[in-house]
Amino acid sequence: MVKLVNRGNKATKTGFGEGLLEAGIDNGSVVAIGADITASVGVDLFASKFPSRFISLGIAEQNCVGVAAGMALAGKIPVFATYGVFSSLRTTDQVRISLCYNNLHVIIGGAHTGVSVGPDGATHQALEDIAIMRVLPNMTVLSPCDATQARLAVIAAVEQCNGPVYLRFGREAMPDFTTPEMGFAIGKAQLLHHGNDLAIISTGHMTWEALRAAYELEKEGIMARVLNIHTIKPLDETALVEAARECGAIATAEEHQVAGGLGSAVSEVISKNHPVPMEFVGMNDRFGESGPPLELMRKFGLTAENIITACRKALERKRR
Amino acid sequence: MDPRSENGSGRLEELAGSIRQSVIRSLAEAGSGHLGGSMSSADILTALYFSVLKHHPAEPTWPGRDRFILSIGHIAPVLYATLAEAGYFPKEEMLTLRKAGSRLQGHPGRDHKLPGLELSAGSLGQGLSVAVGMAIAFKIDGLDNRIYCLNGDGELQEGSVWEAAMSAAHHKLDKLCLIIDRNGLQIDGSTETVMALEPLKKKFEAFGWNALECDGHDFRSLLNAFQKTRLETSRPSVIIAKTLMGKGIKSIEGDYRWHGKSPSKEQAEEMIKEVAK
Repeated sequence: MVKLVNRGNKATKTGFGEGLLEAGIDNGSVVAIGADITASVGVDLFASKFPSRFISLGIAEQNCVGVAAGMALAGKIPVFATYGVFSSLRTTDQVRISLCYNNLHVIIGGAHTGVSVGPDGATHQALEDIAIMRVLPNMTVLSPCDATQARLAVIAAVEQCNGPVYLRFGREAMPDFTTPEMGFAIGKAQLLHHGNDLAIISTGHMTWEALRAAYELEKEGIMARVLNIHTIKPLDETALVEAARECGAIATAEEHQVAGGLGSAVSEVISKNHPVPMEFVGMNDRFGESGPPLELMRKFGLTAENIITACRKALERKRR
Repeated sequence: MDPRSENGSGRLEELAGSIRQSVIRSLAEAGSGHLGGSMSSADILTALYFSVLKHHPAEPTWPGRDRFILSIGHIAPVLYATLAEAGYFPKEEMLTLRKAGSRLQGHPGRDHKLPGLELSAGSLGQGLSVAVGMAIAFKIDGLDNRIYCLNGDGELQEGSVWEAAMSAAHHKLDKLCLIIDRNGLQIDGSTETVMALEPLKKKFEAFGWNALECDGHDFRSLLNAFQKTRLETSRPSVIIAKTLMGKGIKSIEGDYRWHGKSPSKEQAEEMIKEVAK
């Protein structure tokens, strides 16, 4: 398997913005809704290219979701992006009823997710959005791992989906290591590193950390399978159960609360189908805080080193 | 026949009477549901579906149709009765209201595929945003479909309604018409006691809307108001329709306790006789 390398740091929000522009060029039904922070969430590219298809609605997120629903009912494919804390939580009731219950093809972008938002602090660091969005019927939840994948994710959300989609991305420039050739099939886990000793199942920024952890473990002769979960819902149950059966131990990694997030989603599948020891790397029932992004990732235990520790624990439990 | 004429109004009154009977019968059969608001909105819906809206019941998804968005989902029975009266589905189906497997959900649900139903709704304060979105989309496409949205008055206490109101004026949605069933009552009592809404007309005017008032139980008054909204070329319109909760049934008119109540079968018999007059 080709070793993936960082081609340079790039924010997933940039990939999102590029993908939105591309989707807009390919599909005239795509429209975008702005809630004041258009450039900050990467929608400015689309807005300047297609001014008549960009609707400014101001700081009124609940209305933005309802308007998106109405536009979808009238044949558009609306994309509404704002900070994930607002797009998933301020609007939850509108997302539940106007979007999900009506099962409308609207793409909700969740920007600035995870503690890597940095200095803005806890109020603006979305750590609960996956949990909220994945329990809503009809909702698809996407969480790309780098800028290249974020670009493909928007295009996939436009072209491969018919219902509501939540697409999570971050602000900080982070390693960009996947390639366009890897594609984006909604609902499919991506195998990024071979191994049968244990599986590391990760999403978002933590996938690069998962790969780093796998490369480190490999030096000791421990072969970790790395599965990147860019689609949290629908989850690739087949790949997860296979990983549990063939590896016998799992560590999950996410820049999100462990409760309700990827770790929970994976354990729901594993406990039902093939229980194995599991360890969880993520936020443990607490808020983030201000600071430089990478320092916060270290402080809250969201690095390759923390994943390695979790892997050792899982392996030890497997051997018992 | 011009519905604004004396005889035209008579026909609408007959239709409204039939719709009210259908609502009462279905609520008694269901054993639960919202009678008060269904009665206060019955004339507004009759005017819309039998005189105002451009629509073809035989072709419910006709793209050229005007859209009607019911934001106050709990008065679903009167929407269903009106759709049935207009021919979207058989009237007998009204007796399945709120029952397992029915297309007539307690609050409207599109997943049950009821012909003519435009939106699943029931959590208050969301419908106007959806109507705004439709109006914006049609405007982008240069289409002249009109969008009508019905809100309850108590519903206006939801902040999201005012977010939507601001955006409708900002985007100059002249094809959008909001109707408010101003029956003055909500579950805890009078709107002015629970959380005052007045001066309502001035609030909408301050938000940049063309605001009209009318008698929500007088067809000529209602249709005149709808006619005036069509002359508007740059602002969204709101019709504040003064109504009476429970209208048509003397024993419950103006009684907020009937907001969310259904009649017993015995009560229903009396009520049906009364509204049939």
